[in-house]
Amino acid sequence: MREACGIFGVMDRGGRRFGCEMVVNALKNMYVRGNGLGAGYAVYGLYKDYREYYCLHVLMENSDVKSVVDDFVNRNFDVVHDEEIPVNDEVKVVNPPIFWRYFVSPRYDLKDDYVVEKVMEINTKIDGAYVISSGKNMGVFKGTGFPWDIAEYFMIDEYKGYIWLGHSRFPTNTPGWWGGAHPFCILDWSVVHNGEISSYGTNKRYLEMFGYHCTLMTDTEVMAYIFDLLMRRHGLPIETVAKILAPPMWDQIDRMDEKMKRFYTVLRMTYAPLLVNGPWTVIVAHHGEMFGLTDRIRLRPLTAGEKGDLLFLSSEESAIRSVCNPDRVWTPHGGEPVVGRLKGRALKRVVK
Amino acid sequence: MKSHLLPEFFVERIEDRCDRCGVCVKQCPWGVFSWNGTEIMIDYTKCVGCQRCVIYCPNKALIVKPYEGSYRPNAYWTKEIISDIKKQAEQGGVILTGTGSDKPYRIYFDHILLNASQVTNPSIDPLREPMELRTFIGRKPDRLEIEDLDIRTEISPNLVIETPIMFAGMSYGAISYNAFLSLAMAAKEFGTKFCTGEGGLPRDMREEYGEVAIVQCASGRFGVDPEYLNCACAIEIKIGQGAKPGIGGHLPGEKVSAKISETRMIPEGTDALSPAPHHDIYSIEDLAMLIYALKEATNYEKPVFVKIAAVHNVASIASGIVRAGADAIVIDGFRGGTGASPKVMRDHVGIPIEMAIAVVDQRLREEGIRQKCSIIASGGIRCSADVVKAIALGADAVYIGTAALIAMGCTMCQKCYTGKCAWGICTQDEKLAKRLNPKVASKRLVNLLRGWSLEIKDMLGGMGINAIESLRGNREHLRGVGLESWELEILGIKGVGEGF
Repeated sequence: MREACGIFGVMDRGGRRFGCEMVVNALKNMYVRGNGLGAGYAVYGLYKDYREYYCLHVLMENSDVKSVVDDFVNRNFDVVHDEEIPVNDEVKVVNPPIFWRYFVSPRYDLKDDYVVEKVMEINTKIDGAYVISSGKNMGVFKGTGFPWDIAEYFMIDEYKGYIWLGHSRFPTNTPGWWGGAHPFCILDWSVVHNGEISSYGTNKRYLEMFGYHCTLMTDTEVMAYIFDLLMRRHGLPIETVAKILAPPMWDQIDRMDEKMKRFYTVLRMTYAPLLVNGPWTVIVAHHGEMFGLTDRIRLRPLTAGEKGDLLFLSSEESAIRSVCNPDRVWTPHGGEPVVGRLKGRALKRVVK
Repeated sequence: MKSHLLPEFFVERIEDRCDRCGVCVKQCPWGVFSWNGTEIMIDYTKCVGCQRCVIYCPNKALIVKPYEGSYRPNAYWTKEIISDIKKQAEQGGVILTGTGSDKPYRIYFDHILLNASQVTNPSIDPLREPMELRTFIGRKPDRLEIEDLDIRTEISPNLVIETPIMFAGMSYGAISYNAFLSLAMAAKEFGTKFCTGEGGLPRDMREEYGEVAIVQCASGRFGVDPEYLNCACAIEIKIGQGAKPGIGGHLPGEKVSAKISETRMIPEGTDALSPAPHHDIYSIEDLAMLIYALKEATNYEKPVFVKIAAVHNVASIASGIVRAGADAIVIDGFRGGTGASPKVMRDHVGIPIEMAIAVVDQRLREEGIRQKCSIIASGGIRCSADVVKAIALGADAVYIGTAALIAMGCTMCQKCYTGKCAWGICTQDEKLAKRLNPKVASKRLVNLLRGWSLEIKDMLGGMGINAIESLRGNREHLRGVGLESWELEILGIKGVGEGF
């Protein structure tokens, strides 16, 4: 786990889909932020034909496990379509596992919770199989290599989306492995992260009480689950969630008026185990929304930029400027989220 | 009957330093020193090693050290074992003692090492950056319903403490009024709480110190009435004590002075007997009834704690206590102190606090109820590193008892049960109790809390953490050294050398 990385996100708030050039070029610009031990992309709006089905991207470490996964998926879901994720074998990457995608429909109500439960079952009970993304009309492509190698390996230039997240990894404390690359994803929540979470043990053990199990051996995984728990299950907006992950200091809270003071006190008290400590920046996406957030004392960089409907979030301003000439670039404060949302009816177009 | 016991300590006087001032005669309550008209006589056989005379001798003329003479060395029939047998042969009773167990059982705290940040994560300097220790003790909701800035979820009462350290229950009666008052004063000054123990809260302290008092409701029900419950910040039902799990307490009548009689609401000069169990709690459902009776009596405005000794089945018991409605559970490890306990209970019953916290925290998480209840680790917390390790294992906060007494003057002579404490702590003798000045003693306690809190901030900063809640249950920051795999497994930690 534990890493220093380059992260980049771009969203068209009008819902127009575009290719991977900007995200790949931005990561190239931040060359020194990675070391070739991991890279990945999340794309939103790429499976138009199957957009009402959950798409499970499954990493399988060997061919033997494939039949176990097939059997599990078939037992628990109606599978509409499945196929190997196409890759370009001519790209030199080390020990690539097998990637398979299943477009599925859950057999029961409470669909999202059901999918989370089954994803956790695959990750914890099927040795050598990991679900790397599980949302509708989105997918994660990641592995061990430089960002441009991974882009070529998965041939992501053939995909289009209205949000792209990208990550270039510099792992320091754990060996790079395919499952440990970013983004991390549950349902359609995906996270790219730069930093090291010193509260990992606390966060992880709290999430376990709510049915989330960390299996990918990296601290970023907890981020994806925290957003799923707080935003989807507890229905809290990002503005509130930001104050749980990166709360104001007590001496700030003590100076607030009574109403705000009570609000922040109860928020911090209740969700104390989800304070995310240590240095971190995340860029998070789910359908209709992309946001960036840093830890409360801002120990990792985040720059935001805009050009028309495009919103950029990046580790470095230079990466934004390398892919467009932005109307505006700014540096958000620690713990203050920068949020991009689909405008008007665009959301309906992409998921419904 | 002639006593066959060997002396425990030897008192040596450096003759050319001694000017026969007589301070030692006045200071020693054990009768070691006496003035025969021309000379100060020393009867070291009575010495308990409390070091009072050594500290107060103006000429630094005294040395008190363990008596060197002993029986033939024997690893099995030790001097202590032989002495205990002789004592019982002479008196035919239960051997009493004070403080926590001094036996060399494994100290797990000393087999756990902490983490620190290097390169990939900046360590945080607490002198330059905010470092937060504020802690909430009580039940937390599973989730919040929020509309705008309105919180729709009902919030249970929680205690707010500015450092995760509180003073453990030590009753007025067991300790002197001055010692008791010192704890209250220090708790108030530092922004933490103290527990009254089972001896009630003197009326003259309620207005000033009620807000920092966790009032105990123990098996003897001493001093419990609605005013007592309502003046406090929290209520603690004491089921058991780490130093003597499974047995009650006995405050002898000679200690029950007028003021203690009034506070405990028992006749002056009568023995205050705490039964081994609460005779209205023979089961978990009985406990639930008492918890809710106390909540009813206080309009659901106070958190209710339940204190138990750490015993073999502590995890299941704790789970039951949470389900019975407790807002916090105090777990008292076998090193926990006491004013008086049968030695055999103190030294042979219970389990280490480190193991108890680990299994309770884990069990409550497995059952998805950890947030419903705070865990307070008690019994043998010796230093700030113990506090940090206890919290990383899963405690919300700790209670300190022995460490607080030591801060006030205690030297661990283990004679608390005699009522003759030379330091004015564990005594009701007015002359002795006067030796403890609450202003000075509370200052010592505040200093201790301050020192430990600063050290905790240093350790947190080193780990790259700037709020204590990010340490809670964070066993990733702990590594075991010199432990066997079953011990690591129960503690839920990895061994040194293992990464993340």
